[in-house]
Amino acid sequence: MFLVMFLLGLLYVVFVGALLAVNIAWQLIVIVVGGFFFIQFFASDRIALFAMHGRIVTEQEAPQLHAIVDRLCAMSNTPKPKVAIADNDMPNAFATGRSQKRAVVCATTGIMRRLDAEELEGVLAHEMSHVAHHDVAVMTIASFLGVLAGIITRFAFYAEMFGGGGGNRRGRNDQNTAMIAFFVMIVSAIVYAVSFLLIRALSRYRELSADRAGALLTGRPSSLASALQKVTGAMGQIPTRDLRSAEAFNAFFFTPALAKGASLSSLFSTHPSLERRLEQLAEISRELGEGR
Amino acid sequence: MGFLDSLLGRTKPVKADLDDLFALPSAAITMQAGLGFTSSGMGSVCYKPAEGAAFARTQADVQQLLDADQGPKVELTADKFGFTWLLVRHDPADVAGLVTDLHAVNSSLQDAGFGPALLCSLVSFVHPDGRRVALVYLYKRGTFYPFAPLPGADQRRDNALEIQIQGALANDMKVEPELNRWFPVWGAPGL
Repeated sequence: MFLVMFLLGLLYVVFVGALLAVNIAWQLIVIVVGGFFFIQFFASDRIALFAMHGRIVTEQEAPQLHAIVDRLCAMSNTPKPKVAIADNDMPNAFATGRSQKRAVVCATTGIMRRLDAEELEGVLAHEMSHVAHHDVAVMTIASFLGVLAGIITRFAFYAEMFGGGGGNRRGRNDQNTAMIAFFVMIVSAIVYAVSFLLIRALSRYRELSADRAGALLTGRPSSLASALQKVTGAMGQIPTRDLRSAEAFNAFFFTPALAKGASLSSLFSTHPSLERRLEQLAEISRELGEGR
Repeated sequence: MGFLDSLLGRTKPVKADLDDLFALPSAAITMQAGLGFTSSGMGSVCYKPAEGAAFARTQADVQQLLDADQGPKVELTADKFGFTWLLVRHDPADVAGLVTDLHAVNSSLQDAGFGPALLCSLVSFVHPDGRRVALVYLYKRGTFYPFAPLPGADQRRDNALEIQIQGALANDMKVEPELNRWFPVWGAPGL
């Protein structure tokens, strides 16, 4: 997943670079890049809903989901977002929309089937915290800045290349051009890679923020924790069968033990590790128990 | 809650506004004079119980505080959304006393730091023809809205009556102007 996202972004940078290389007017490139950004920013709700096959539902169609969202909105004094359901058995939920007024909160049928009302409330509170934190706008702008950084690097190098050093002999100039073009490619890829890592770190920070805000809103950090465990399948680790009869299924219970500390995958992922999230929720739960 | 806080992902739970609840007694007079609805003497407070011992202690304190009164004891019910309703019964003629009891619940929850856990408060009215209406108070907004379930119908609201009440009470209390915040409270205790 991460590789695909990375390659997609890289493709974008290379595409813009190629446009620059074939000497298309830079105004046109600005329009294309700006257009992408514009679409991403203003149509994010529709794009995400379309991609997940989400459908906006009325109060009559999904009374329970609406009632939970209604109560969360009344607790947090936020405008009510649109409520959508995606017909998909993957347990998941997401929120999109650049502002609170345009927000959509979507849950899959899979998550509604697996979680009880309290857990679902915890998940929806997490998603609505994303809305309250303007996360769609923040992440769109951040990732756009990353792409922009890559492009600016290119501009800078081209400017140097064509601006300085006039009067060179033709043959030598050609060789230089090839060298510099290669160099530019490398540097802009590095700039993009660094900004990619930074954006991932930002995303993990905002996930933790949404967890905290959601847990404080419902007052039930443990419900969110148990929802997280159910969704990530970690609940399967708690044995429900007699160990002797479960022996044959051991292969299915096995989860790759993650090394403590910063591993490579934790650097690249958009979400903090389950351990990190549960740790934070347990801390909030302790604070609530002691009355702060 | 500033814009910067929300941008940095550090939103805080919203504090409850308790004071506007005291608009109820004068609204009750208008309900009777203008629409023929009289107070049923029942009111309830709905809140989200936080997990842990601290909240459980506060809740026990509140119940004790209200039970110390000579009146009937408060009733505690949990609904299917994980919220708790504290039902307070009072003499139907004395709306001001009912509001004072409700305020006692609210302020003790708030003093213990659980103000953000308050969802809404509700006071119900009855018509001689059997219709029932609740005035629901939203703590985070400081506004009221009417909730009128259609008698005999399954989860349908009498929107015409609600709009009529909205108009009648406009001078007595702050009625919630955004209609999509008028969420239904089906089967709420006291209704």
